[in-house]
Amino acid sequence: MIPALFTHVPVTTVKEASDALKHYGDDAKLIAGGHSLLPLMKLRLATPAVLIDIARISDLRGIREDKDKLVVGALTTHEQIENSPLISKYAPLIGAAAKLVGDPQVRNRGTIGGSVAHGDAASDLSVALFAANASFVATGPKGVRKISAVDFFLGFWTTALNQDDVLTEIHIPFAPTPNWSYQKFTIRSQDWAVVSVAVSESNIILGAMGEIPLRAGKCEEAIASGADLEQAANFADEGTSPSSDIRASADYRRHLAKVLVFDALTEAKQRS
Amino acid sequence: MTVVRIKINGVPQQHDVEDRTLLIHYIRENARLTGAHIGCDTSNCGACTVLLNGKAVKSCTVLAVQAQDEEVTTVEGLSGDFNGLSPVQEGFRQQHGLQCGYCTPGMVMASTALLRENPSPNEDDIRHALEGNICRCTGYEMIVNSVRWAAENGGGK
Repeated sequence: MIPALFTHVPVTTVKEASDALKHYGDDAKLIAGGHSLLPLMKLRLATPAVLIDIARISDLRGIREDKDKLVVGALTTHEQIENSPLISKYAPLIGAAAKLVGDPQVRNRGTIGGSVAHGDAASDLSVALFAANASFVATGPKGVRKISAVDFFLGFWTTALNQDDVLTEIHIPFAPTPNWSYQKFTIRSQDWAVVSVAVSESNIILGAMGEIPLRAGKCEEAIASGADLEQAANFADEGTSPSSDIRASADYRRHLAKVLVFDALTEAKQRS
Repeated sequence: MTVVRIKINGVPQQHDVEDRTLLIHYIRENARLTGAHIGCDTSNCGACTVLLNGKAVKSCTVLAVQAQDEEVTTVEGLSGDFNGLSPVQEGFRQQHGLQCGYCTPGMVMASTALLRENPSPNEDDIRHALEGNICRCTGYEMIVNSVRWAAENGGGK
């Protein structure tokens, strides 16, 4: 499978990327590792006329400490996150989720920015970052803005990023306690999640249970009002709208959500 | 069209290709190195695995232009003391890590990358490292044994 014709425009600064997005308008897409976009282009589900290649913007790579949070460059690969001492110290949930993205080859190329900007509800990192109260920094024509996870995921493959935005950084607050867990159910080990659950402190976030990563609000309330873990987990699918597809039926996903929330809450409790 | 320069197995290549050319097509059709295979063409099977600056990648999901000025190693670039074969290649021979052989170039490259990062992997490490490589013949047992053999006989050269 070969993508439709396009023109490759490499850039080396965020400003160049931003200017190029403005110049080419709706015909252009950013590409970093390409592990979300290229498969879509090969299937001709995406046919951008221009690919603005941001992979060589060195400022967007790497992980650093900043007071009470980690700043992760959007071009940081899953493999770099998985093996980062800073991540394992301050945001172990994110490291655990990164380790389960695709397979080693995918993790060597795929980036955290690409994964979240793609906006897939089954993205391991999107679900985990939501649970970790992460926020997303974008540079657009009007300057830099910071978007909280609650406001970032809007709908099917749709995020708060505008066409002319460049996602530059992901901010992850230091995890205050080891009360976290990431659970992912797949048919084959390298697959997208059939259902996933990220727990961090009082946050319980579900992957692949709707068009975007979803908060299991009823579970969180039940826990807060003293329910035991099993009772709370039974509310996992309330307010969700899982789809039936080649991997699983909606009913099976509802069942899985309850099982995985219970497992996640149990693991998080054991850790803390 | 873009002139894409990639050093493949130490040999500088330069070809004027369409921007949409995938790295696997550049390797196979422009550089005429047909060791790396196209299997699923959807970044699932791993038959197209090559090393890009030492990291295993699926070359069906990388554009040639993304590898501009970088270094690629394919299975043809491996060599060693076993009648010219590398320890991983010889391990697959000794332990019967293949039947039809279609997935083998990808398996060998992914295993080589593993052993360079982790010279003494346990069985779990090996299986985790080969998650992105699908074999329809062997049932994987003999592939795991092949990697183990390689780990004990020279590693990821």
